[in-house]
Amino acid sequence: MKLKTKDGGWNPYFAGALVGILAIASVYATTALMGKTNYLGASTTFVRAVGFVEQVFASEHVAQNAYFAATKIKVDWQFMLVIGIFLGALISSLTDKSFKIEKVPPIWQERFGSSVTKRGVGAFLGGIVAMVGARLADGCPSGHGLSGMMQLSASSFVALALFFVAGALTAAIVYKRRAS
Amino acid sequence: MSNEQILGLITGLVFGFLMQKGRVIRFEKQIGALLIKDMTIFKFMLSAILVGMVGVYILYDMGITTLSHKPMNVGAVVIGGILFGIGWAVMGFCPGTSSAALGEGRLHAIFAVLGMLVGAAIFAELYPFFSSTVVAWQDFGKIGMQDALGISHWVIIPIFWAAAIGLFFLFEKKGL
Repeated sequence: MKLKTKDGGWNPYFAGALVGILAIASVYATTALMGKTNYLGASTTFVRAVGFVEQVFASEHVAQNAYFAATKIKVDWQFMLVIGIFLGALISSLTDKSFKIEKVPPIWQERFGSSVTKRGVGAFLGGIVAMVGARLADGCPSGHGLSGMMQLSASSFVALALFFVAGALTAAIVYKRRAS
Repeated sequence: MSNEQILGLITGLVFGFLMQKGRVIRFEKQIGALLIKDMTIFKFMLSAILVGMVGVYILYDMGITTLSHKPMNVGAVVIGGILFGIGWAVMGFCPGTSSAALGEGRLHAIFAVLGMLVGAAIFAELYPFFSSTVVAWQDFGKIGMQDALGISHWVIIPIFWAAAIGLFFLFEKKGL
């Protein structure tokens, strides 16, 4: 088995196993430092981030909202984790020269053409639906897919299976026909 | 920055670095997996889970850390899971990888991020409605598979390993 892939990346089994070690270290470190075990996740941060934005325009409304009250709008451990993910990917891609400005991805372009607007609307609407789903299911591919599965959470087995089945069915419909 | 924030930032840096090196954050890889043409993200995720679950349960059994199961709330997990899957296929990113994709120059991820922020705001507004309907249907609580099946987690973990390694051989055989 090769340690490097054709595109200069690392073998996904190897990189994934390192994430497993990171997850273990993180579980230990958060417990030791914060007194509470924290597991990797990302989607709650979007609630906190939009809470900050809404506070500028309608602080009263945010204060009265039960979900924002339960989530607590603050720059916490996970918020910084999501910022760190951005920086980590930036550093990795710049140093191995895989950083690439891309406005429309190839699979999308084959199906819907090179319009940035179309891609933008698709990503935006998809993002809305996905986040409502992630908050309802209480996790995303990080929170359920990685952290929940590592803990053998019953809900994560169900959630991850449905993420994949619903995603595969939708992808089969959306990307099937090729644009001429 | 507080210690908590610094720890989060460093953990995220390594996490983002490894995801980028694994080449799992691109639209191509996410949609490739959903079209069952390129299973890179599943090789990556399952490898992380296999390694992680052993350490997580050793630390837990030693009484060092606690578990943090998400509730097995049937209505919420089923409807939420389906909605996420639909949105994921169109967006081509998930919450964590959208942040990483921006980092490697995939500018269209910004629309995904904006959409997810709006989605979070919509969810906050709909929260009272969801709480009184789908969330109220059937909640089995914060349980693991060991609780659901009534067997030790150290029985489930080797079975999980065997199943995942079987899948890996299948992926490699089919060239996925």
